[in-house]
Amino acid sequence: MMRRALALMILSATLLLGGCGYNDFQRLDEQVKSAWSEVLNQYQRRSDLIPNIVATVKGEAGFEQDTLTKVVEARAKATSIQATPELVNNPEAFKKFQAAQGELSGALSRLLVVSENYPNLKANQGFQDLRVQLEGTENRITVARGRYVKTVQEYNVLARSFPTNLTAMIFSYPVKENFAVQNEAAISAPPAVSFDKPASK
Amino acid sequence: MPGAMRWLSLLFGLLLSAAAWAQDVLPVPPLSGRVIDQTATLSEPQRAALDAKLAAFEAQAGPQIVLLLVPATAPEDIASYAQRVADSWKIGRRDVGDGVLVVVAKNERAVRIEVAKALEGAIPDLAARQVIDRAIVPAFRAGDYAGGLNAGVDQLMARIKGEALPTPRGGAPGGDRRGGLPLQELGMFLFVGVLAVGGLLSAIFGRKLASLFTAVAAGGMAWWLSASLLLAIGAAFATVLVVGVLGVGTVLKIVAMSAGRGGGGGGGGGYSSGGGGDFGGGGASGRW
Repeated sequence: MMRRALALMILSATLLLGGCGYNDFQRLDEQVKSAWSEVLNQYQRRSDLIPNIVATVKGEAGFEQDTLTKVVEARAKATSIQATPELVNNPEAFKKFQAAQGELSGALSRLLVVSENYPNLKANQGFQDLRVQLEGTENRITVARGRYVKTVQEYNVLARSFPTNLTAMIFSYPVKENFAVQNEAAISAPPAVSFDKPASK
Repeated sequence: MPGAMRWLSLLFGLLLSAAAWAQDVLPVPPLSGRVIDQTATLSEPQRAALDAKLAAFEAQAGPQIVLLLVPATAPEDIASYAQRVADSWKIGRRDVGDGVLVVVAKNERAVRIEVAKALEGAIPDLAARQVIDRAIVPAFRAGDYAGGLNAGVDQLMARIKGEALPTPRGGAPGGDRRGGLPLQELGMFLFVGVLAVGGLLSAIFGRKLASLFTAVAAGGMAWWLSASLLLAIGAAFATVLVVGVLGVGTVLKIVAMSAGRGGGGGGGGGYSSGGGGDFGGGGASGRW
């Protein structure tokens, strides 16, 4: 009797698992993981570039110390967060990580803007090369984040729509965190453009 | 159920807004050739010469290089437009993924070289930037677009040649499609059937007898459906393996662990992309 019940269960499992999205969850869960690893990979690449940039900029006499310190601090903060694949399933840590990386992005772009004011730095081939590499890395981060967003969207739609949400409930596949814009309020506000004075630094 | 409805309508709304958004940005043109000039900058002989050069390189070395000239990419910047084009074309051989896309936004005086991941070793960002700075930009500044593209393509090819890539096989580029879909489907059908029937019979008769019965059934089915005795024997043998030796439960576990994979592909028009290029944002942009 037990055997027969087992056989029935296997039979129904074979027929049902395909239809209830279990395999889709496996596929998408793995895809989200690899997309996230790619994001981390590119952030790591950026983080590795920064010491070189800082060293080059330091050589420039009288460079704004404030800007430089901010980059160094932001990098230290971003690398202090343990970036693991499990971060995806922990909304709080995910937000923290994202905020730290966002801060680093801000500090870096500020550094690049400020560097425009130093003619020596603009003529420095080493610095220009680092700039190209940094630009390439930022591009890769954008692409990696974009792919992650798409993959998570696909996963989350599956995890929340019927009937696959039941599968998600039974096998515990929670909705995953996605990237959000860091300074939503700042973006939605119209930019204040003034032609009276030169823009303050 | 109302939750599901809400999701459906939300999804529908998203699709609609995506369509509306797609109208604002420059659409990705169909991949109609190796040199696509929407600005009528190149004369027909110049275009044909560049095309022939790229075709010869592809036949000899393998990698696909495509040039795209557009008037402007606004409101997007050239990097994200190029990325979008590269993502949808996926140029590069299917099994190697070696593609390079050069995008020129003529009115914005911007150029970008987009490098697939497989070629990021041969053309790192700095090298791409050098190609732009030293070959493309000086000629473009002088108004010599064909010359700039020619010089740029030459340098890219020289860099790619230094990389050990698999040589192209004979036949049409990107044409290694896997055939025999009906056979695959037949195999899938038999596999599922064997698992279901085998599991049921194992519970009733025990493994040995069940494997015998299921093997006969699977072999018979294969013979009937494919009219090949060899296939039938193969199917029967595989069934004995699945039901008798490994047991249905083990096989189910293996199946659950392995995930399916999908293949992308694109292109249309006169020239077909290999469909293997994965562009991760590598390359460089420049202005003249």
